[in-house]
Amino acid sequence: MSSVNPELVGREWPLPTTYLVGREKVREFAAAIGERSPACHDPAAARGFGYPDVVAPVTFPVVITGPELDRLLADPAINVPLHRVLHGEQRFEYSRPIVAGDELSVVSRLTAVRSMAGNDFLTIAAEMSDAEGAHVVTATAVIVLRPEVGE
Amino acid sequence: MTLRLADVKIGTEVPARAFRITRGDLVRYAGASGDFNLIHWNERVAHEVGLPDVIAHGMYTMALAVQVVTDWAGDPGAVLNYSVRMSRPVVVPDDEVGATLEIAGLVAAINEDGTVRVDLTATCAGVSVLARPQVTLRLRSA
Repeated sequence: MSSVNPELVGREWPLPTTYLVGREKVREFAAAIGERSPACHDPAAARGFGYPDVVAPVTFPVVITGPELDRLLADPAINVPLHRVLHGEQRFEYSRPIVAGDELSVVSRLTAVRSMAGNDFLTIAAEMSDAEGAHVVTATAVIVLRPEVGE
Repeated sequence: MTLRLADVKIGTEVPARAFRITRGDLVRYAGASGDFNLIHWNERVAHEVGLPDVIAHGMYTMALAVQVVTDWAGDPGAVLNYSVRMSRPVVVPDDEVGATLEIAGLVAAINEDGTVRVDLTATCAGVSVLARPQVTLRLRSA
């Protein structure tokens, strides 16, 4: 028996406001992962690559999905304590790279609930689109819920 | 230098790279990513939940691994798809040496639409830490 109601599959958690991708946040994230490409740091270099501004590294969407995941897991309908949570899988599917200046709308959706060998697996897909409504990236996480001790 | 589609074939190796990960790197990643989970910087809490020591953020490991591909391609915006399964934690001791993450990869497929799939391996002390890391990217055709 899953500790998360499978009937919740399909439920959506939209980000209440858009996320404005800041140039300095892109630079900070790139520096923290040791990404030295000038396209991530220098707007002029990024334009040389054909991008309107600095390019966010591939895993940058976690800056948005991390807090969103915490919010979703704390929802009374889900209500999973964070100490039970492990990040099992992660996938990014891009239509185009994120660049500074993008104003992203984000909808997180619970797309699957599975139980296997005493663990529950939640799949959460965060779909991000730009100010024109065009798809930018979908970041999908599979979260493993370990059983409570004594459960 | 940006890599062209004509430069690669199935089996082409992506230059391997070793990343050193120290506690300081984890603190910096926590700040930049907003992931302040205590198991990534607090030894006491890591022990309490049954871990041998502080472990790296899985997403930090994932962020490092893909750089062998984007560096090789010469364009951090070339990636279309990137997926991993976290198989083992990267344990980061509190010393000057830290942990060493070794990443290698090769071209596994050239798709009909001109995109290229690179399969990576990610190991730490000889043990695989990411299962089936795969990157699909678009290289410039000319």
